[in-house]
Amino acid sequence: MSAIDLPAPGTGQPRGQAIVYPDLPLPRGRRTAPSPSSYRDGSVREERNALWLTLGAGAVLGAVGAAWYAQRQNEQQRFQRPPDSAPLRTSRVQPDRSRPLTGRTVTIGKPRAEVYAFWRDFSNIPRFLEHVESIQSTGDGTHRWTIETGSGREIVMDTRIVHDVENEEVVWRTVEGSDIESEGRVLFRDAPGDRGTEVVATAHYHQPGGALGGAVAKLLQVDPKTQIRRGLKRLKMLMETGEISTAANRVADAARP
Amino acid sequence: MRALTWHGKHDVRMDTVPDPEIVNPRDAIIEVTSTAICGSDLHLYDAVIPGLQSGDILGHEFMGRVVETGSKSTLTKGQRVVVPFTISCGQCFHCRLQQFSACDNSNPADNQDLSEPLFGHPVSGLFGYSHLTGGYPGGQAEYVRVPYSDVGPIVIPDGLDDDDVLFLSDILPTGWMAAENAQIEQGDTVAVWGCGPVGLFATQSALLMGAHQVIAIDCYPGRLALAEGLGAKTIDYKRTHVLDALMEMSGGIGPDAVIDTVGMEAHGFAFDTIMDNVKQTVGMGADSGHALREAILACRKGGRISMPGVYGGMLDKFPLGALMEKGLQLKTGQTHTQAYTKDLLKRIGEGEIDTTFMISHRLPLEQAPRGYDNFANHQNDWTKVVLKPGMAEDGIGTA
Repeated sequence: MSAIDLPAPGTGQPRGQAIVYPDLPLPRGRRTAPSPSSYRDGSVREERNALWLTLGAGAVLGAVGAAWYAQRQNEQQRFQRPPDSAPLRTSRVQPDRSRPLTGRTVTIGKPRAEVYAFWRDFSNIPRFLEHVESIQSTGDGTHRWTIETGSGREIVMDTRIVHDVENEEVVWRTVEGSDIESEGRVLFRDAPGDRGTEVVATAHYHQPGGALGGAVAKLLQVDPKTQIRRGLKRLKMLMETGEISTAANRVADAARP
Repeated sequence: MRALTWHGKHDVRMDTVPDPEIVNPRDAIIEVTSTAICGSDLHLYDAVIPGLQSGDILGHEFMGRVVETGSKSTLTKGQRVVVPFTISCGQCFHCRLQQFSACDNSNPADNQDLSEPLFGHPVSGLFGYSHLTGGYPGGQAEYVRVPYSDVGPIVIPDGLDDDDVLFLSDILPTGWMAAENAQIEQGDTVAVWGCGPVGLFATQSALLMGAHQVIAIDCYPGRLALAEGLGAKTIDYKRTHVLDALMEMSGGIGPDAVIDTVGMEAHGFAFDTIMDNVKQTVGMGADSGHALREAILACRKGGRISMPGVYGGMLDKFPLGALMEKGLQLKTGQTHTQAYTKDLLKRIGEGEIDTTFMISHRLPLEQAPRGYDNFANHQNDWTKVVLKPGMAEDGIGTA
């Protein structure tokens, strides 16, 4: 702390003005009180600045600490709260931050069997999922995905279907040694009334570059969340209308997903 | 082709751009014969709508002749059609409920990201109305690519002129839906804020639906005269205290239904302009939030509010208490155009509805920038501008 002590309470000086010259105790190293002119020589001011700087830094540190503590408490409390009906992907707390879970639901006005069959033929997926150049079947429930990363680079991802229930669910996972590590899962269930089929697509993925990589990906709109959101919308367009909406006036300008 | 393109605030130009092509199977290409400047185009002109890009083709009220069809279009070459300003797929949940302006599929997927955070749900596609609504090239051009041409365009029989039916594209259905949303009953007094094209059509529709009286509110004598010509009573808000007058003209009860056709987009989505509006105390034209607030205060207890006027952001000082305490109903929305075109075309054909009375100026398409300038700056005389791509360059320019 600074050598300057604040005057005791009740000395008649409001706290905010406590360091006004006359009541100021002698700074360290000074034998005599500064003359009124030396009051402006800077040495006293420097010490005053140091005091405020220290107080300010302390306050900021304290606030950050308090916020961190509150956040931690909050998270712990969130884990302790009884479960609700909402899906995990909408939770404020993800169990494993290094493998984020993202997903989205869309209702498509077509029968469940039709939507399932369309998705289950993986060669249809590049028609609606952006950045996926092609998906080729490599036999026995395995597929080779060619993915364009947005920077012009292509990466290859090999997946294997690990769970498949007709008209209900497909789950695939990247095989050992793939460039990317991820798991995709699509659920199909009847929508209420005559609304068709609810399609729930979720992805677990290893975030390349950690949190920073995730932020950059989001900025470049190549993050899985954006990809799934837009992909499901295009799937809905394709299944309901037979085409994917575009504002392009010329064939050459019509972007493929 | 030649097209009216946006380049910035008060900067629209005629440019030569590539002709459109059939891109999707359900597309058709229309050769435009008539297209109008809408009041809402002025807000693009004033650059207060976000999501515009330099070179965007404007225009969402248009009609023409089919010149090309995709493999799944139900139109045939040579047909005359009016094209609704709302682009709707016809097959999604909302379209099947006849909520065409809520179409899930017509706004391209990446564009939906623009409005989804703003409104909680993405809006559907519209012609020539910023990238928020899809970024579709508009109808103030020689040719337009019309997506979902098997759903939107309505075929016009011979014997009806362009001017008779052009407004089926937007403002006539919009005025009609405004009156429908007012749920008019026998003996009703209906007050309409704004005597622009939508206000005039709402007035006409409300009278057709059996309103006892319609009171039209504006400040332009020319526009008030048009409302009077339809059989409405009028209030000039620069001359008369609107709330007092409405009470006195409705037996001390207040209007049973109120229709705000003014909207607030004229003054932008920007926070500061909204704050400015709040601070202004006079003038519907200058203070558009004012019209809605006044309408809510004027409406009788248990009455209905219809709000066809376009709002795009937040409104400050919204009289929510009046809405709740008086038990009012509020109905609004972009027009479900396709739900009304067939019935309204029939009414036009039978002579029940005339739409030509409001056209003040007809110009060649090449003079569109002049049309914008005058429509924006001379509202008393320039009530509605129709552009004709085929019209001779030396056309006299007025009706």
